[in-house]
Amino acid sequence: MPKITVPLGPQHPALKEPGNFMLLLEGEEIVDATLRLGYNHRGIEKAAEARNFVQATYLIERVCGICSHSHATCYVTNVENIAGLEIPQRAKAIRVVIGELERIHSHLLWLGVAAHEIGFDTLFMYSWRDREYVMDALEALSGNRVHYSMNTIGGVRRDISKEAHEDILKKLDILEERTNYYIHLATQEPTLHARTKGVGALPKEEAIRRDACGPLLRASGVARDVRKDDPYLIYDQLDFKVITSDACDVFGRLYVRVFEILESIKILRQVLSNLPEGPFAVKTPFKIPAGESVTRYEAPRGEDIHYVKADGGPNPARVKVRAPTLANFESVSYMLTGDQLADAPLIIAAIDPCFSCTDRATIVASGKQSVQSLKDLRTYGIEFYKKKGIDFTKVK
Amino acid sequence: MAKPLSVFGELVRNFFKKASTQGYPFKKASVDSNFRAQIKYDPALCVGCQLCVKNCPADAIKIIQINPEDKPQVGADGKVIPVHRKFECKIDLTRCIFCAQCVDSCFKKALSSSQDFELASTDRSSLVYIKKYQDASQDKADSEEKEQK
Repeated sequence: MPKITVPLGPQHPALKEPGNFMLLLEGEEIVDATLRLGYNHRGIEKAAEARNFVQATYLIERVCGICSHSHATCYVTNVENIAGLEIPQRAKAIRVVIGELERIHSHLLWLGVAAHEIGFDTLFMYSWRDREYVMDALEALSGNRVHYSMNTIGGVRRDISKEAHEDILKKLDILEERTNYYIHLATQEPTLHARTKGVGALPKEEAIRRDACGPLLRASGVARDVRKDDPYLIYDQLDFKVITSDACDVFGRLYVRVFEILESIKILRQVLSNLPEGPFAVKTPFKIPAGESVTRYEAPRGEDIHYVKADGGPNPARVKVRAPTLANFESVSYMLTGDQLADAPLIIAAIDPCFSCTDRATIVASGKQSVQSLKDLRTYGIEFYKKKGIDFTKVK
Repeated sequence: MAKPLSVFGELVRNFFKKASTQGYPFKKASVDSNFRAQIKYDPALCVGCQLCVKNCPADAIKIIQINPEDKPQVGADGKVIPVHRKFECKIDLTRCIFCAQCVDSCFKKALSSSQDFELASTDRSSLVYIKKYQDASQDKADSEEKEQK
């Protein structure tokens, strides 16, 4: 049978954002898949260098529309590290509250998208309806449904009032009941099993080899969670489980995300029941000193890494964002291979991709093509830094 | 244990359920009292420190002095009366991202967040919010005029 190549994207009804997947088909089966990114590059990192530290917070928050709090917290923590600020416990707790509400919101959104790709639109409507409870809670706490803008350098911008506190707890009860219903549905509904079990297989070894992160890695049986491995904010004082699944397929990813909603509810109840008293922000220093910092954060989609460098000026000298989707994309071509064409949108959706978060930099050397060995690249790197006055030759 | 078609119970239940959607725009939608929507400006409180302008991430706000020509006057008793600087505020709603950083930056509380979220317009020029400084007497006259109408 002749092999044919089918392009999926950059603009495709099954994809929510632009990305290109070249699928090599033999009949209906995918034999090879290549991925191209860079259709939605917005130059956020460069733009951050032209803004002051406060302005950049809002810009970095807009890296992603769903995990906006994750990116903002990551960036703000970096700036606080550079400035040597110790933020109050209450601010840390409020950041955790928003972060966990965001995780519930993101996972419910993903459940809807995945259900839509499966063809189970009832579940899509249900999960998005229930997502409104989280959105309302976030609106009441922060003042917006999507871009919460809760973070500021030195703490958070708004406090949690007593009324809001009770309101969230009520909403969490409803959400817990609904999540349990989804779990009940997922275990009883055979159509869901038929569409997800064995689809997009990613064995444990392959997931580690391809540096997967977040729910994708946990669904391949690896208990990796920044909240447990490298606790930030107040996660070291909280009691929660890292959900893993040995299914290594789309069903496993569904399982991990749905149970993570329950864990998030558990975390929220713990934090809200003993919210530390005191101020929720400290005064921001007028000037941020020179320095650099790297922070990791467990975003709903996986490990988010930010790097900020300050040179003592009003603006950040360098901001680097590594969105979790970039780490997960490496596994997509492996997961697609061997599956049916009809499953391709579901497999892509199963990593919860966020293309525009990922599109960081594209280097195009016009008209030039060259193959360089690792040794040549190393020599090039050493020469490059020598010109800048840094000698790396002694490093083995 | 797999139970096929168990979802169909939902179908029956949904026949007797109230709709989850709202009838917007026919029914007025409400937002939380904490919601950050259009920024309102009180010119009487503004001192023109420009902190809001410096911290605006979207370059949307402008504070302009409307009486730059006024010079300090010397009173009858020889004391210098400083200029009462008056300002106007222009917020470009096409640029504003409603983060309300300007509200946080303003230490005179001249800016505040309102819950007016229905800001769509077919006229581009109406998307610039302008609030000028007005004398108290003029303010009174305006409000009386409104009442008469």
